[in-house]
Amino acid sequence: MSDTNGPDEPARGDDLTAGPAASGEPDEGQARRRVIGTPAPAQARTLLPEGPGGPAPAVRELPADPEDLPGAKRAERAVAASFTISMLAGLGFIACYVIFRVHTVNNVFHSNLALGLTMALAFLALGVGAVIWVRRLMPNVELTEQRHELRSTPENKAAFKKTFEEGADASQFVKRPLIRRTLIAATVPVAIAPIFLLRDLGPLPEQSLDHTVWKRGTRLVLFGTNRPLTPADFNSPGSSVSVIPEGFADNDDALAKAATTLIKFAPGQLQKPTVLNWTVDDIVAYSKICTHLGCPAALYEQTTHHILCPCHQSTFDATRGAAVIFGPASRPLPQLPLMLNAEGFLVARSDYQEPVGPSFWERS
Amino acid sequence: MSTNRALEGVGTFLDDRLHGARGIRIFLRKIFPDHWSFLLGEIALYSFIILLLTGTFLTLFFQPSMSTITYHGSYLPLEGVKMSRAYASTLNISFDVRGGLLMRQIHHWAADLFMAAIFAHMIRIFFTGAYRKPREVNWLIGIILFTLGLIEGLFGYSLPDDLLSGAGLRILEGVLQSIPIVGTYLAFFLFGGPFPGNDIVPRMYILHVLVIPGLILALITAHLFIMVFQKHTQMPGKGRTNQNVVGQPMYPYFMAKTGAYFFFIFGVLALAGALAQINPVWLYGPYNPVAMSAGSQPDFYMGMLEGALRVFPAWQWVVFGHTFAFNVFVPALVPLGLLFTGAAMWPFIEQWVTGDKREHHLLDRPRNAPTRTAIGIAVITAYGVLWAEGANDILADHFQISLYLTTQIAQVAVFVAPVLAYLITKRICLGLQRKDVHLLEHGVETGIIRQLPSGEFIEETAPVDDEARAVLESRTDYEPLPVIDEDSDVPAPGMRGALGKVRSRLYNVVTESVPLPAGNGHGQHEVEGNGHAAPAAVSGGPDDAPPAEGSEH
Repeated sequence: MSDTNGPDEPARGDDLTAGPAASGEPDEGQARRRVIGTPAPAQARTLLPEGPGGPAPAVRELPADPEDLPGAKRAERAVAASFTISMLAGLGFIACYVIFRVHTVNNVFHSNLALGLTMALAFLALGVGAVIWVRRLMPNVELTEQRHELRSTPENKAAFKKTFEEGADASQFVKRPLIRRTLIAATVPVAIAPIFLLRDLGPLPEQSLDHTVWKRGTRLVLFGTNRPLTPADFNSPGSSVSVIPEGFADNDDALAKAATTLIKFAPGQLQKPTVLNWTVDDIVAYSKICTHLGCPAALYEQTTHHILCPCHQSTFDATRGAAVIFGPASRPLPQLPLMLNAEGFLVARSDYQEPVGPSFWERS
Repeated sequence: MSTNRALEGVGTFLDDRLHGARGIRIFLRKIFPDHWSFLLGEIALYSFIILLLTGTFLTLFFQPSMSTITYHGSYLPLEGVKMSRAYASTLNISFDVRGGLLMRQIHHWAADLFMAAIFAHMIRIFFTGAYRKPREVNWLIGIILFTLGLIEGLFGYSLPDDLLSGAGLRILEGVLQSIPIVGTYLAFFLFGGPFPGNDIVPRMYILHVLVIPGLILALITAHLFIMVFQKHTQMPGKGRTNQNVVGQPMYPYFMAKTGAYFFFIFGVLALAGALAQINPVWLYGPYNPVAMSAGSQPDFYMGMLEGALRVFPAWQWVVFGHTFAFNVFVPALVPLGLLFTGAAMWPFIEQWVTGDKREHHLLDRPRNAPTRTAIGIAVITAYGVLWAEGANDILADHFQISLYLTTQIAQVAVFVAPVLAYLITKRICLGLQRKDVHLLEHGVETGIIRQLPSGEFIEETAPVDDEARAVLESRTDYEPLPVIDEDSDVPAPGMRGALGKVRSRLYNVVTESVPLPAGNGHGQHEVEGNGHAAPAAVSGGPDDAPPAEGSEH
């Protein structure tokens, strides 16, 4: 890959005395002058053969001192100052952790501010110090390294081919098709089998998407307070409330399909295709689950009677059977058949007559 | 001295066992070319490290459980409210663990920065042609990393089980259900039954904290190993060729710089976590399938998907008792699918069209690949339209325009804007190339006006210096396609039939460039030392322009 590799001869003054090829005696004088861990001298990086006069004198690739020596002193102080600020900020962080209490919203915000700012200062000051260090103190050099084409030499390729083919021959894999074929035949089911383990991740959908928990006689209760409703609760037209089936307030699985919007209209406002038989006293119930992607279609505009889904802005006309008037939803919100029970409470006449919520493959 | 001896001792101990001296020495001298845009990938890398650190802290306190409890914690507005343990423990991290809110906010900001940096890095790679041979594999790894990042992010912000994230999951469920044939099964298997069920949070949790980060870590490792092995690309400049790398060595320069950079990124994220509130889940409340708030927005990297879902018409078929919900699965799968597939195939398409199988280590300036740059800008434009549409309710609100109008504009713009962007970008690139050619031919204006003995005024120009010349002259020169086979005088293989015709047409489009002035070939041109360039002559175009030799007059 790289030709910056130094040759392994230690006599070159390769300072990494830990080198594996440290068989010869390194030049003691040179090793002492150089700092362990610094890069190899420049001539160790060339591919030129050694001159007849033995190792050439070491040439530094990286100068030991920056160009602007007087300025270096100032830079050094700036770096040290940055690192000191970082240290103080780090101590400040620990102090803030101890000092600031949490457990109330205001305390948490103060603690967050104190911890975050000290932490930010600690890191940023470290970064600033390091940048000044590199830019002002380290001598500015640019080195050039040669590339080689990545492809292997023909000899290496040929050797690889030979090795591979020898191995294939020795394994008998090519010569004995019986082993080969039975091995392949064995791996396929073994590879497929784990997929079966995933089968019990969940039940099959079956018909569950077609129904909700609404049944004939289920009372509509107000979402939040679980109070059953009578037509008298709607004293003026235009209001809209969210209702759920009684007894399912804590059942998210049920509510995810059964959530319903109840809207009271003035007489005569409701038009086809709203099923007027399914309304009570100009109160109509639509599924709250958007037919696009299942978000609660939660926004109702009284003046235009539009139901708007906040997720993707499908808009439904509540006076006309919740027909789609804009947006990506392709079906109206299903209407829940309503009636009054013997005590005068609003109840469902039946479940929704079609699946609620987003479309799915089995939906017809 | 004693430090030296100690270091030497440790070094010898390690090398006797691990044989590192040679390899590590080469690594210490690894050359890093400098350019600001090379730092974008590093932002992604360091954001990921910060994500691992802060994420590990969060796992110490987070409870990935959907079982319901009644909240009795420090956040009084939700006192007595029923919620999942996941949500309650998120409140606990925010209000009862010191530094918990900070870690949560840094984690979220770091995730956004991670994705933003991947975007920017990918754009840089594309526009400079860094994906070309031999780096196609790393380009593909990058695309997979991007995809994994999207999923990781989606799962991450869904974990707290708040109202907003629950809505996101609901949309995910709807998208899965819409997929023909297998959709409902996928949804039921992911959620362990009907939505929301009790399984999704623990399942997302293990994917979010183990499986996907593990994959990302493995792929980042591969990405970096390949990068080190193949050496860096470099921007054109004096002395920089396809055969070398010019820059500063890893040790000590790059080490110090990149360390500083890591601290800057961590510092900036800490600043964001301290000052900029993100995802205040306590304000949203626990998830409830009945409730929803207006202005719901996903994190920015999901904005394009969200916009596609908003902009697509309400097309749906019911055929033979089955529903094809085109209005859902097409926008959910097709735009991103096209983007990723197209990006993955582009290096190979370009290679096929140009017939260029050489290694490229010297980067293109975007203007010098006008068609590629134009295609890139067109794709970004289409993406941008969908992305903006993902926030159309916010835009409509802020700019006081009709909500529906924003969607209608996006429906048109998503097709028209990319075409315009392509044409405009290409013109700009070619124009910039002409400017470069002009500089090479006529040199830099010195501002000196000289009167000739004949009374004519000329403006003096100075030839561009060597550094600028190296930049201006850097072009990928494509060999012409082998149209006719030399031996048999019939069309060469690969150029026959309709496909061959398409290829030669595309070749002309992809390699379209303003030619460099004659005599400006690489390495054969020496700048004259007399400081006088040709007087600025008006030339009809680069083709009929005289050579820019300074000895012209």
